[in-house]
Amino acid sequence: MKLWLKHFMASGELFIWGCGAGLSLSLLMIAGLLVLILLNGFGYFWPADLVELTLKDGKHVIGQLAGEDLSPKGDRRIRMKIGNRDLYGLDYRWINTDQIVERATPADLVMVERREWGNFYGRLRTLTKEEHTVAEGSEAVWQALPSLLRYEESSEAESAYSMLVVDANGKEKSLALNQVIRVLRPNDLSKMEKVWVYAGNLWMVLTTEPREANTEGGIFPAIFGTVMMVMIMSFVVTPFGVIGALYLREYARQGVIVRTVRIAVNNLAGVPSIVFGVFGLGFFVYGVGGTIDALWFSDRLPTPTFGTGGILWASLTLALLTVPVVIVATEEGLAAVPREYREGSIGLGATKWETMWKVVLPTALPGILTGLILAMARAAGEVAPLMLTGVVKLAPAMPIDWTWPFIHLDRKFMHLGFHIYDVGFQSPNVEAAKPMVYVTTLVLILVVVTLNLTGIVLRNRMRRKYAGSTV
Amino acid sequence: MLDQQYEVLSRVLPPAPETSSQKVRSMESSDAKVLPQPSVRVNPKLRVQGFNFYYGPVQSLFKIDMEIPEHQVTAFIGPSGCGKSTLLRCMNRLNDLIEGARHEGNILLDDIDIFNPLIDITDLRKRVGMVFQKSNPFPKSIHENVAYGPRLQGLKNRAVLEEIVERSLKGAGLWEEVKDRLHKSALGLSGGQQQRLCIARALAVKPDVLLMDEPCSALDPIATGIIEELLHSLKKELTVVIVTHNMQQAARVSDQTAFMYLGQLVEFGLTKQLFTNPSKKQTEDYITGRFG
Repeated sequence: MKLWLKHFMASGELFIWGCGAGLSLSLLMIAGLLVLILLNGFGYFWPADLVELTLKDGKHVIGQLAGEDLSPKGDRRIRMKIGNRDLYGLDYRWINTDQIVERATPADLVMVERREWGNFYGRLRTLTKEEHTVAEGSEAVWQALPSLLRYEESSEAESAYSMLVVDANGKEKSLALNQVIRVLRPNDLSKMEKVWVYAGNLWMVLTTEPREANTEGGIFPAIFGTVMMVMIMSFVVTPFGVIGALYLREYARQGVIVRTVRIAVNNLAGVPSIVFGVFGLGFFVYGVGGTIDALWFSDRLPTPTFGTGGILWASLTLALLTVPVVIVATEEGLAAVPREYREGSIGLGATKWETMWKVVLPTALPGILTGLILAMARAAGEVAPLMLTGVVKLAPAMPIDWTWPFIHLDRKFMHLGFHIYDVGFQSPNVEAAKPMVYVTTLVLILVVVTLNLTGIVLRNRMRRKYAGSTV
Repeated sequence: MLDQQYEVLSRVLPPAPETSSQKVRSMESSDAKVLPQPSVRVNPKLRVQGFNFYYGPVQSLFKIDMEIPEHQVTAFIGPSGCGKSTLLRCMNRLNDLIEGARHEGNILLDDIDIFNPLIDITDLRKRVGMVFQKSNPFPKSIHENVAYGPRLQGLKNRAVLEEIVERSLKGAGLWEEVKDRLHKSALGLSGGQQQRLCIARALAVKPDVLLMDEPCSALDPIATGIIEELLHSLKKELTVVIVTHNMQQAARVSDQTAFMYLGQLVEFGLTKQLFTNPSKKQTEDYITGRFG
């Protein structure tokens, strides 16, 4: 028995199993997190059926099912999104299962998407134009609505039309049509139509601006701001990182000083990002930006132009934050270039600089791109330093638009990471904003993955270009 | 352009110190123990005079004196670590790259000291090409590899470049094998082809001297045979210096052979003579396989 144990320990089998188990555990957790985000993020767009519940006390509830659990007392209960924030004050409600007498999904239930107060769930009653009734009854109003809504969408003027809707218990509510974005009958939709609505919702979120303190509507400005910031950061960080690494590895005399610098660079990667934010605020925003304002925009003072947070300063701060990653990766890439290449080039009469530029750097390019990919991933997910250097909850204008000079690097911008924080933890209605948090998280992950994939494809293409057919 | 510079320099610079061959000739009568020199005298292309070389505190070459004749193949043989590669790498100053390396004495190329500060080191390296032990084509296309040297000299004309590439590849005996895939990666070639590509790359800058540091040590016998044949045709155009571990190879390809041991030049002479009738005991021991 003892011998068996000794053999087993010596074989290292235990160690291998331990490693495998650890790896599987972490992969499993990552997969779980991704599945959670994917389900909740993509589920948000699905036009779920509207359910009408009849309770024991005779009251009715209309809403979308949003999960089932046990109450603290141990009763089974369901969670419903009941909407109608203007009438009820809350978007969600828990109902004990034993209270429910009947569940139904009548076809005439409507979901009204509004510009304010979130969704309305209920029934259509009348449609009026300047006090005159145009259509009466659920079906007639439903038939009349589509053409009117299309008209409303194109006109900016105060609406002449309004419609009367009622909630589950007959409470009436009048809605001006210019407050209405869309009216849907989810229970009346076929599977195909639901898919169509789903795609429309997805497109809407990706391309429109947010509404209602960011809890509704789209997140396009945040996506745009994130991508643009990462791009500017990449343009700045690549030359700096590569030049730094080139000097450290190829030109500087290897010794105590260079070793100290290298350790310092590596440690820079471990500095809390908020510290970079404070530095960016002090150096870029107040220092550089303030100087630019004093020199070129003094006519606008005391209103700052560059002397306040903006996308340029945020990008530069992030470039500082990620430059160690690029330096380390580039140094490794340079070290991996065989000495034979350098000697071959120098033996042909190239100077050291020509050798660097024409042989060493191109060969090290995949390594440099790896560094850039890591830097982009880090930058896209960073929030804390941005809060000090230019990110806002709601940017009035995009950093690129049609007014001269088209690219406005001084403007404040929106960012997906900050959007998550703002919507999830700073909005007035956290519960209602929860789906939006999932969606934003999902989009942020997708943006990072897309940026990384672009880099990886580029790197592989480069490797394939130079690799022989035998590899 | 280069030749002009050398002409100008040869006029400006003081005449080179007395060459070793002159020394040898003057001393021959008085000192019988003098190094045997090649008996067939041709123009010396490279002259090494009283050359010492140090890697930091370690001296690795001791008082080397030799003359490498033009349009011949000269082989350096000797056991590992005897300094033959070091000497070769000094001939185009590749050892300048090594920190702490220093030298004493002269190496003359066409009577001009290559260590003279007036010499442009990149011009020297264009005149004295190098082929390394491990084939080292750049991770670029075959065409780009060969065109690398001419491009460095500022040649941009596409037609001229193509002509140089073709001529160099033909010179290295590689043209027929690669003419249909000039723009494919050079790393897709076989080991022997890669080594010939490196020779073509060196030929593209039209060197006077080609230094080869064990060019066949990583190749199979067939690829080795091809390169050895190549050497015979190359020496019509230029001077070849080859370092080799393989004594049969030295015997097959070279006109002159130098045997080095522990940083000293033990014997230098006609290959036939050195292999059949060595004048030194050490040489005889080495070529008969008693040590090394």
